[in-house]
Amino acid sequence: MLQEVSSTQAWRKFSGTDWQNEISVRDFIVSNITPYTGGAEFLATPSRRTLAVWEKLQPYFREEAKKGVLDVDVATPSSLTSHGPGYIDRDNEVIVGLQTDQPFRRAIMPTGGWGMIEGGLKAIGREPDPAVRETFTKYRKTHNAAVFDLYTPEIRECRRSNIITGLPDAYGRGRIIGDYRRVALYGVDRLIAAKKAERAQIDARWPTEEVMRLREEMADQMRALADLKTMAQGYGFDIGKPAANAREAVQWTYFGYLGAIKEMNGAAMSVGRVSSFFDIYIERDLAEKTMTEDDAQELIDQFVIKLRIVRFMRTPEYDALFSGDPYWATECIGGMALDGRTLVTRSSFRMLQTLTNLGPAPEPNMTILWSKRLPEAFKRCCITVSKESSALQFENDDLMLPQFGDDYAIACCVSGMRVGKQMQYFGARVNLAKCLLYAINGGRDEVSGVQVGPAYRPVEGDVLDYDDVMAKFDDMMAWLARTYVHAMNCIHWSHDRYNYERLMMALHDRDIVRTMAFGIAGLSVVADSLSAIKYAKVKPLRGGDGLFTDYETTGEFPVFGNNDPRVDDIAVDLVKRFMDHLRVHATYRGAIHTQSILTITSNVVYGKGTGNTPDGRRKGEPFGPGANPMHGRDSHGWLASCLSVARLPYEHAQDGISYTLSVVPGETRQGEAERISRAVDALDMYFGQGGFHINLNVLSKETLMDAMEHPDKYPQLTIRVSGYAVNFIRLTREQQQDVISRTFFHGEI
Amino acid sequence: MAELQVAATELPEGSRHDLRRDLSPDAPEIEDYSEGEGAFGYMHSYETGSRLDGPGIRITLFLSGCPLRCQYCHNPDTWHLKHGMRVPLELIVTRLGHFAPALRAMKKSGLTLSGGEPLVQPAFSGRIFAAAKALGLHTALDTSGFLGSRATDEYLENVDLVILDIKSWDPDTYRRVTKQDIEPTLRFAERLAAMGKPVWVRYVLVPGLTDDPANVEGVAKFVAPMKNVEWVGVLPFHQLGAFKWKALGLDYELVNTPPAPRALVKRVHAQIRDAGCNVR
Ligand code: SF4
Repeated sequence: MLQEVSSTQAWRKFSGTDWQNEISVRDFIVSNITPYTGGAEFLATPSRRTLAVWEKLQPYFREEAKKGVLDVDVATPSSLTSHGPGYIDRDNEVIVGLQTDQPFRRAIMPTGGWGMIEGGLKAIGREPDPAVRETFTKYRKTHNAAVFDLYTPEIRECRRSNIITGLPDAYGRGRIIGDYRRVALYGVDRLIAAKKAERAQIDARWPTEEVMRLREEMADQMRALADLKTMAQGYGFDIGKPAANAREAVQWTYFGYLGAIKEMNGAAMSVGRVSSFFDIYIERDLAEKTMTEDDAQELIDQFVIKLRIVRFMRTPEYDALFSGDPYWATECIGGMALDGRTLVTRSSFRMLQTLTNLGPAPEPNMTILWSKRLPEAFKRCCITVSKESSALQFENDDLMLPQFGDDYAIACCVSGMRVGKQMQYFGARVNLAKCLLYAINGGRDEVSGVQVGPAYRPVEGDVLDYDDVMAKFDDMMAWLARTYVHAMNCIHWSHDRYNYERLMMALHDRDIVRTMAFGIAGLSVVADSLSAIKYAKVKPLRGGDGLFTDYETTGEFPVFGNNDPRVDDIAVDLVKRFMDHLRVHATYRGAIHTQSILTITSNVVYGKGTGNTPDGRRKGEPFGPGANPMHGRDSHGWLASCLSVARLPYEHAQDGISYTLSVVPGETRQGEAERISRAVDALDMYFGQGGFHINLNVLSKETLMDAMEHPDKYPQLTIRVSGYAVNFIRLTREQQQDVISRTFFHGEI
Repeated sequence: MAELQVAATELPEGSRHDLRRDLSPDAPEIEDYSEGEGAFGYMHSYETGSRLDGPGIRITLFLSGCPLRCQYCHNPDTWHLKHGMRVPLELIVTRLGHFAPALRAMKKSGLTLSGGEPLVQPAFSGRIFAAAKALGLHTALDTSGFLGSRATDEYLENVDLVILDIKSWDPDTYRRVTKQDIEPTLRFAERLAAMGKPVWVRYVLVPGLTDDPANVEGVAKFVAPMKNVEWVGVLPFHQLGAFKWKALGLDYELVNTPPAPRALVKRVHAQIRDAGCNVR
């Protein structure tokens, strides 16, 4: 294909041809990347302009910490072109673009559901705009309205009873990663042309429902691309053309992301894997001497500033599940290429450097794709940054590379997917502990007494029999899995139809892999409960109404989190068992079933709605987060704890297994270098043993308790909870307490 | 002791920081104890992930029973065999096996036997070390050296590193600190030096008790010529174990002793370094 002059100029000095002939960012990256194996010594401090912009934002952050939501534009449903350009500090902003016309002014996106808007506004004492309300309750159906047309009474009951919770049926599902880099590499005009060509290929296809849906979606995608161009024009940029230098590459890519967050209030809005992509442009500019290291760092710092001020309207119920206003602008750093080179570049370091230049922050959700083969200097830098900021998460590249190739990214916290080639239908999680209690009680809810599940026979006899309980539990899981898949099909059919992510999907190939991501909460509670039934003596106790509401457990039993196969095997079996039950049922659009063991902060809410469990956990007590052992039960140190988690089978939980480890900064008689070496060794070991993910916190309980009492002293205190990082002072008090009650290991790794 | 073996299907829960006592109320005092083949032993607790009890990352087993009575002991609940749980060797070896792949994956990582005093149970601890070596682990013995003569050459073949507490130089101070004689420890140190066995010497620095310059000097000068001693580690005293003394109804003499001040630690470091040792 003949290249236009603008591409030739924009692509000067780049190698490789495949990516020029077709849309393939991956080919561009491996053809042009400059892997970097050195250390952090080249990094620059923040520029004057960066500091000025950052300074300008501080009053907003302070206000927000006190007030929550600062401002909402209630009258303008958000779209790519709904708001004119907005700035923080025009003279000093190197990268521009805001979601609305003002920083921290939140937008409404009613196509997800009107209730979310109404509830969100009510919580901050604001009234919705009557005209907008009329539009979205009378003339324009929303995703939320459609889902409830499809739901069955059984599904509604499951929601009400909190056995299935957090479903994206009233809010944007998120977890889709547009390949925002395509905007920079190709320019929007070329992307539209490519979409047109892809569309022409299906003109001859007979218009089945599937084909018509795809055609309609593609038309929307092309319209979105055109709107994206208009949006950028408002800021004075023509992104029809490819980016011609590093500043444009970052700006174009950010525009792509900005477009996505203007149109979609998704639960998780990952950025993807951009830093090493940017690096290629930066390297070229440095070589052409049109840029210095200070300029390069300034670009990355300013890009990150933008990612730190993404804001969405959300309801108090939503906040209770996912506390601290997270949006998971997840950026993947590091990893290896299929050809054995590392994808670590100087810009991987620059990205980490933002945590120093701007101080720690939960967003963007920086995710290190860890491989044994990563350059040693980079590994060491990650450990140092992690210790100073508690803002990094680590995921196993050696495990994901064979699965997703070398251009995947993480949606949300732990969901790997090929960028631009794969999406997921997000599905929150079911409460597995409650499911066990339903099995014991013949499908009745242990808190309300309502018959939610099928009326199977409850347990009989004085003491719980392991085989009997397991058989009943298995039946109940089968029912739950079926109901869950059913609900998910309803949700995503409606979401595709009424709240379609037209821009994000425009930044995908036409033919993509879809997964349907299920999840379980309470794994360690259930494993421990079953262990109690198997190895100790558990007497079920009846409350009123014939319901078993408590358990008397005598004798000792092994608990999850101590690398003890007697109970770890139970946990492994549960993961596979529930996954197999899910696999039985057909999914919407032929999506592949996956599963996560992840709770975010919802472990608190789940625990709240769940009665006493046979492991001795009392009614209302939080579950362990994600795949973590129950608080305090991993009593033999971090090594035992993480090995239990590492045993959980990734092949049956490909949407990710989240593990959070908190260690207290300890004495280091061996000195800093030795400390880092051992931590590197420990991470290599954990991932080598099959661990998938680790959140590393290096802080003490005392610091957190002090921060609870004196939030003003800790404006930027960041802590990783299951799958994401939060600003500690923005958690609810309950969740703060939960974090503090978790196991802190002495003698850091 | 049949009923105890039933209880001992699992290693004790909890960590070295948890108080335990009378897990095996019928256990003999150490003077009357004969362990036979060492197929069983008494164990207080175990912990994984420590990086203070040897090189790399450790799994640390705390055995119970100790002939010393150190004033600053953090674990007075390991003094008597009966404080620990009677566990079969087999169980320990099985559990060690669960951790072995992970430990082998990390440089120099492995097993540390601590206590109490592992040499109270030489047959038992010796067999644990042998099993750990067979699993490919690095092994470390954490000891006061008082019972060093019980560690035969064969025993020491399975020990890669000895962490030797030399609690004082001056015999009177040593006795005041431990209620025992210093001689056996020094003889053990000399034997290890002659064998070329790698050793980390440890010195607990208690203000007003072990901080006398001559006392520190003595240890440093004694150790300096020993090529096998890789490090002298100075442990500044802290109060973390005090609650156990109280709970056990023991008379804790260091109630009012402050933690070792930074300046003192610096002085002692300098003294040891000047004598020609690696210190940390
Ligand atoms: S040798 Fe160790 S266990 Fe024994 S009394 Fe002294 S400090 Fe305590």
